[in-house]
Amino acid sequence: MPNFIDRRLNPKDKSLGNRQRFLKRAREELKRAIKEQVKSGKIADVDTDHNVSMPARGVSEPTFQPAGNSGERQYVLPGNREFAAGDRLPKRSSGGGATGAGAGTGQSEDEFQFVLSREEVLDLFFEDLELPDMVKLNLKESVAFKRRRAGFAATGSPTNINVGRTMRNSYGRRIALHRPGRKEVEALAEEIARLEAMPKSGEKHQQRLDELRQTLDKLERRRRRIPYVDPVDIRFNRFEPQPLPNASAVMFCLMDVSASMGEREKDLAKRFFVLLHLFLKRRYDRIDIVFIRHTDEAGEVDENTFFYSKQSGGTIVSTALEEMLRVIRERYPAREWNIYAAQASDGENISGDSERCASLLHDELMRLCQYYAYVEIIDERETEIFGTTDNGTSLWRAYRTVDGEWPNFQMTRIAKPADIYPVFRKLFGKQPAVQVRK
Amino acid sequence: MAKKGAATNLLFQGSDWNFETLSRTYDAIETVALEDLGLDVYPNQLEIISSEQMLDAYSSVGMPLMYQHWSFGKRFVFEDNLYRKGRRGLAYELVINSNPCITYLMEENTMAMQALVTAHAAFGHNHFFKNNYLFRQWTDASAILSYMEFAKKYITKCEERYGTTAVEAILDSAHALMDQGVFRYRRPPRLSSEKERERMRERLEYEEQTYSDLWRTLPQASESSDPDALERDVSERKKALNLPEENLLYFLEKTSLILEPWQREILRIVRVIAQYFYPQRQTKVMNEGCATFVHYTIMNTLFDQGRITEGSILEMLQSHTNVVFQPSFDDPRFPGINPYALGFAMMQDIERICVDPTGEDRDWFPEIAGSGNWRETLLDAWANHRDESFILQYLSPALIRKFRLFLLSDEADEKYCEVASIHNERGYEAIRTALARSYDIGANQPDIQVMDVDLLGDRHLRLQHNVKSGILLDEASRDATLRHVRHLWGYEVSLAGVEAETGDTLYECSTAEIEE
Repeated sequence: MPNFIDRRLNPKDKSLGNRQRFLKRAREELKRAIKEQVKSGKIADVDTDHNVSMPARGVSEPTFQPAGNSGERQYVLPGNREFAAGDRLPKRSSGGGATGAGAGTGQSEDEFQFVLSREEVLDLFFEDLELPDMVKLNLKESVAFKRRRAGFAATGSPTNINVGRTMRNSYGRRIALHRPGRKEVEALAEEIARLEAMPKSGEKHQQRLDELRQTLDKLERRRRRIPYVDPVDIRFNRFEPQPLPNASAVMFCLMDVSASMGEREKDLAKRFFVLLHLFLKRRYDRIDIVFIRHTDEAGEVDENTFFYSKQSGGTIVSTALEEMLRVIRERYPAREWNIYAAQASDGENISGDSERCASLLHDELMRLCQYYAYVEIIDERETEIFGTTDNGTSLWRAYRTVDGEWPNFQMTRIAKPADIYPVFRKLFGKQPAVQVRK
Repeated sequence: MAKKGAATNLLFQGSDWNFETLSRTYDAIETVALEDLGLDVYPNQLEIISSEQMLDAYSSVGMPLMYQHWSFGKRFVFEDNLYRKGRRGLAYELVINSNPCITYLMEENTMAMQALVTAHAAFGHNHFFKNNYLFRQWTDASAILSYMEFAKKYITKCEERYGTTAVEAILDSAHALMDQGVFRYRRPPRLSSEKERERMRERLEYEEQTYSDLWRTLPQASESSDPDALERDVSERKKALNLPEENLLYFLEKTSLILEPWQREILRIVRVIAQYFYPQRQTKVMNEGCATFVHYTIMNTLFDQGRITEGSILEMLQSHTNVVFQPSFDDPRFPGINPYALGFAMMQDIERICVDPTGEDRDWFPEIAGSGNWRETLLDAWANHRDESFILQYLSPALIRKFRLFLLSDEADEKYCEVASIHNERGYEAIRTALARSYDIGANQPDIQVMDVDLLGDRHLRLQHNVKSGILLDEASRDATLRHVRHLWGYEVSLAGVEAETGDTLYECSTAEIEE
């Protein structure tokens, strides 16, 4: 008789510690890899599951291994059909004896692939960045709840008693336990009263009266024992707290689509918007995106039109800001929405309009927005000229004045994809902890 | 009535199992195993586990107790991925060379499979562990579990005391040298965990008691510059350090100047585990062949006795056939020679030679051919061989023809491989020798030894790789591994590749040149 032990109820995750150690180790490696990836500018792909092949450096386990491309080897293989001794077989280009007996074990681990979910990628991606200005997000961590009716409960506070349901239960119980009805008792009492009122009382009469009294007494006692409404009948309305999507944000994408914005500029702008969207998605349950494009007039469009259709005309930036203001008034009251705006432009504007833009921002928009980012897309050759100075287009100079006054306004210039990520670092990194709270 | 009589003779019916049928079946298997086959086994402990637990066991190299390390987590994620994608099934059982012999049975198995794996693991493997000379000489089945318990606790304690990172760094380096951490020729000392703990405590106490700051102030011995004396010094210190030494982990544990006592102890733990698994790596074909042969024989015997239904034996045979399937070399599924297939075929072949030999067998195996005593022949083979010697001794021409084995020789510089021998009269010997050699771990693993170190001088550790058949080391992993050696040694480490036959130096590399 052997010793049988049923281990199935033992704790399962014996290797949980190992797994955590591995993930921790891999995490550092992966973070490094992703940072490199971001620098080389594949931001548009960030928003998906990633099949990251494990960077061999940190998680490889090196040992002394024989090199495949040196020396003489002999293999014994099964299943010969047509070969005779002395036959020569050409090697495949990828290393001759790929069928070697020991070849199977070492390699599989080098090709180790690790699937990271989108969330994990983004967590790594954003790890040390903070979103700006979560002014309205003292709601940030605590989600608001609304109570919603959700069925009935046997316990609760008296204010929540559901009378209809309680009475229905009481009625059913009274029928089931044969509680004497009021009419029945009243009829009996009337009968007794009638008999008592009769003057003549014979033996038989008296007997009948006693009988009736006894019955009435029994009924009364039964009525007392079986209450009309018993505690077991009582039902309460049940409420369930339901999280409210009050942490919702709207993101305005504003872009100049006039002829001066070419493919390159649009591509950069798009990446910028995508990244901003990613940041917001991490914080808000619900994000609306509004695309507003403008030439010398502005309009709200869908995403595809926004990025891919062409329009000719001059450039009046203020039209876009006015359009944005209109949309906010109509659909996104600032009380309920966190408003973010990102504007991309090459900096061109009709003369005199830039000042109007600045005043629009000053007077109206900046009060409403959580955050307003302006990126000016410049030519790579211009980076050196404009990189650090305050010189530039009229729009840039006008926006400088806004930048000075509003801490939640950010502006910067980008020239190539690799610039975008550092810009985000700058935009979100430099936010001081204390912010306007109005 | 007749039907009921038949039913009582059956061990089980249907696919569900419970502890009663398991136990009844075990007893029946035990009777056949001990009385018919004459096996000799450790007491058995059968444990039922779930698939998650099987995955856990997989990732910690099959030990029920194991210290924690990220590499086991990596293996777990890897296996878990494959399993969840359905690319790989799990083993039906897992068996540990310990006394009592622990066998894990998966709860998903049908009763027929439970019977099969009980015979396979609890008797086949168990017998092999207990009787094979390698296991008898090199491992200590009764001590391993308590040693692992000690190791696990010790490493946890080190992690608490010195931090996970420090312990992990030592373990990483030690794991890199695991293959170089076994004694191949010298017999390792037996271990017992109680003695182990006692020794460790004494060592620490002794060090604490005898520490004296004065030793640092002793004047240095004067240097002699006489070349003869220098050479004499070299040979003397080599002798003192017992060089050359093939067990790098052992050498580092004993000699490294920078390691703390706890770090030495960790090296020792890794070394002991490597040594424990060394026999298993040398007997893959025999071990699996033995277990497969045993389950096949026992199940057929039970079926002949009418104790297993036809349905169950068919299920077992189907699973058995899957296990011993050997695809041809040009089959996309070809993973190399299947140790189950080769081992099982060889053992069946031995049975055939003993009972029903051909003229050829009588020429090749005069001692056993026609002796009729296949049980004893097999028991003897199981006890006294490892894969290499077993194949060299028992691979018959008939089997070479059956597998249609051929020998391919491959020189790295040539554009073609040459078929050196095929399964014909002239090729048998060559194929047999080559196949046996391919199972000789000593011959196939890089032979790296500590050659010299001047502990009083620059402490430069010199390793030598004895290159056989011109097979060099993969450079990237070589350099990475050398860095691990340096981490444990603390001073410069260099490796020289020396052609084993001619003594020519083929390459030299040193940690001073390898950039970090």
